[in-house]
Amino acid sequence: MRIALLTDIHANREAFEACLDDVARKGADRIVILGDLVGYGADPGWVIAKARELAGQGAILIRGNHDEAAAHPRGGMNDDATAAIAWTRDALAPEDRAFLGALPMEAEEEDRLYVHADASAPDRWVYVRDAEDARRSLEGCTARLVFCGHVHAPAIYGLTATAKLVPFKPVTGVAVPLLRPRRWQVVCGAVGQPRDGDPAAAWHLFDVATSEVTLHRVPYDVLAASEKVRQAGLPESLATRLLRGR
Amino acid sequence: MVRLQEGEVLDGFAIGRLLHVGGMAALWQVTHPDHGEALLMKVPRLAEGEDPAAIVSFEMEQMILPRLTGPHVPRFVASGGFDRQPYLVMERIPGRSLLPLIDALPLPIDDVASIGAKVAEALDALHRQHVVHLDVKPSNILMRETGEAVLVDFGLSRHAQLPDLMEEEFRLPYGTAPYMAPEQVMGVRSDPRSDLFALGAMLYFLVTGTRPFGDPQRLKGLQRRLWWDPPPPRARRAECPDWLQEIILRCLEVRPERRHPTAAQLAFDLRHPDQVALTARAAKQRRDGWATTLRRRFHPDHRVRFDRVAEATVEDAPILAVAVDVTEQDDALATTLRATVGRLLATMPGARLACLNVLRQNRIALDTTLDDFGRNKHVQRLVELKHWAAPLGLPEGRITFHVLEAVNPANALLDYVRMNGVDHLVMGARAASLKRKVMGSVSAELAAEAPCSVTVVRARG
Repeated sequence: MRIALLTDIHANREAFEACLDDVARKGADRIVILGDLVGYGADPGWVIAKARELAGQGAILIRGNHDEAAAHPRGGMNDDATAAIAWTRDALAPEDRAFLGALPMEAEEEDRLYVHADASAPDRWVYVRDAEDARRSLEGCTARLVFCGHVHAPAIYGLTATAKLVPFKPVTGVAVPLLRPRRWQVVCGAVGQPRDGDPAAAWHLFDVATSEVTLHRVPYDVLAASEKVRQAGLPESLATRLLRGR
Repeated sequence: MVRLQEGEVLDGFAIGRLLHVGGMAALWQVTHPDHGEALLMKVPRLAEGEDPAAIVSFEMEQMILPRLTGPHVPRFVASGGFDRQPYLVMERIPGRSLLPLIDALPLPIDDVASIGAKVAEALDALHRQHVVHLDVKPSNILMRETGEAVLVDFGLSRHAQLPDLMEEEFRLPYGTAPYMAPEQVMGVRSDPRSDLFALGAMLYFLVTGTRPFGDPQRLKGLQRRLWWDPPPPRARRAECPDWLQEIILRCLEVRPERRHPTAAQLAFDLRHPDQVALTARAAKQRRDGWATTLRRRFHPDHRVRFDRVAEATVEDAPILAVAVDVTEQDDALATTLRATVGRLLATMPGARLACLNVLRQNRIALDTTLDDFGRNKHVQRLVELKHWAAPLGLPEGRITFHVLEAVNPANALLDYVRMNGVDHLVMGARAASLKRKVMGSVSAELAAEAPCSVTVVRARG
C-alpha cells in the first residue's frame, strides 16, 4: 500500500490542486491529511469541500490547530494567524466550521500514527522542531511510525534501542528507508505554506511494503495564490511568505 | 536470536557453508531457486554483549546496498528477517579479495598502479552514487574475472542523501586503523576524499611492504597521522618511481583539499604515469625534520581542522577533454574552441583538462612516423597541442596532452572518453566540406555514442 501524506494546506487552493495532481500521477492507495486545512490562505471553502470529497473516498483527515481555531476561537496565536482565523471564520459556512471542529485529533493504522503536532500531547499543538521534541513525541506514544505536520519544513528522526536520535533533512525524490525495528518521527513539509526556503509545495509518499518515505516537491502558481491572499485583505506578510517559502 | 545452520532454509534461501565470521557479521553461502547459485548471506552478530556497532553498521548496509548499481559493487538480492534473524543477501563475487596479496609484498610497480587505477575507478563509481565507503582496505576489495574492482562491506559507509546512523550512534571513529583518513579519525564522515587517503595508504603498503602509519590500537595512536608524516615510499623501496611516490604522497596529504579532487582524477594519474605533474612530494627523500613535525603537532596555527564538506566534490572537479584538430588551419574555430573551454574551466576550479588530437593512420599504406620534412609527426602534434592550449594558462597538474594514433578518429576519441572517465568532451564541428560529406561528422557520432556530455563548438562567421 502507498500512502500520500499531505499537511498544512492552509486554504491554498493552487498548492493543494497541484499536489493532488502529483499524487494522482505518482499513484497512491490512500490519502492522509495531517491537519490545518485552513488559515492563512484565501480559499478555505474550496479546500474544505475538496477535503470532504476526498474523505468520502476514504481519505483520513486529522484536525490541526487552525482547523480548531476556525471552529472554536481561542487565544494563543500570533497576530497574523489570529487575523487570518477571524477572516476564515467569516468566510466559512457554519457546516464547514462544524466539519473542522469534528475532525479527529489523531488516527492509528497498523504501526502508524497520524497526528498534527507532538504525539505525546496532540491538543497542546507543540512543534516537533529538533531531536528532543521528536524524542518526547515518540516516547509519548507506542506507534512505530509517527507522521505529523505543523512545522512546515520536512525532517525525519529515527529512534534506536539505545535511544539516540538526530534530525535528518530528506532530499527531494530520494526514498528514505524507515528501518525496523527503529521507531521514526516523520515531520512532513507543508502543502500550502512551505517555510524551508523552497516555495514549492511539499508532500510525502510512504510505501508500506518497503517502509520507505519519499519527499516530493511540486511547483505551483505561487503568484496567483499570493495575489488572492492580498485581494482577500489578509495580512501582506502572508502573501509575501508564499513567494519566499519562509 | 536463532543460530543459522547449514541445510536450513530461511525465506526460501537454502543455507550453505559458513564462509567467514568477522567482528560485525557472519557470511554464509546460500542458494535460492529464483536467484541462482552464487549468493552470499550476511548475518549481523546480535548476541548480548556484542558491539552495538554491529547492528548499526548492518542497518547502514541494509540501507545503502539496495541503492547501489554497477559492476563495482555486489548486486543486492534481498534483505529481511526482522522478526527472527535479520539478513542481507547479495551476489557472491567469485575470486578472492586483495588480502592474500599482502603475503607477497612488495608488488611489482606496474601491478600497484594497475590495482590502484581499478580501485580508484570503483571508488569514483561509488562516489557518483553519493556514497563514501570509509573502510577501503585489501580485504574489502575483490576483482571480477572481467577486471573490475568490486568494493564490499558498506557497514561503515555514509550515504549523503540518507540518515547517517553511525554518526548518530557513536562518538568514536569507526574504520580500520592502518587506512583511516585523518578527518575520519576526527569524526568527519562526509568527505569522499577520505577514501583516497585509504587507497593511498594501501598503495604505500603494496609498494613498500610496510604500512605507512603501522596499526595503532588507540585513538592517540590514530591521531598521530595528523602531524606525523611517514617515510616517503622511495626511502623504503628505491625502485618506486617518482610519479608513483607523487601520487601516493598526494593521497596521504593530511588536508583533504590537497589530495586529488576526485577518485576519477586519481585513476587518470595512475593510468598516465608520464603525465603526472611532479612536485616536491616526488623528490622527497626522508621524513620531515623534527622542528616541522613538532610545529604541526603543537603550534595552534599549524594544526589542521576539518570542515564537514557539503556533497559536491565529484561534480565540481570533472575531467574535461577537448579534441583539437590542429591540422585544419581554422584559426577562428581554434579560438572559439579555446574560449569555450576557458569558460567551462573558470566555473570549475577542480576540473582538469585532457587535450586530445588524433593522428590519422592510413588504412592501406604503411605509415612512416616522419613527415615530408623529416620531423616526427607525433612529437610535432604534441607541440601544436601545447601551443593551442598555452593561452589557457593552466598549471601543469591541471592539463595533459595526448596524441591518439588511429585509423578512425571517432572510435579513438570514444575509446579515450570511455577508458578515462571523461565527464565532458568539447570539440569543434568540421566545416561543411566535401571531406565531411564523404567521411561523416565525427562530432555527430561522438554526441550520439559518448557516455558523457558533448559540446560541439562552431565559430560564427
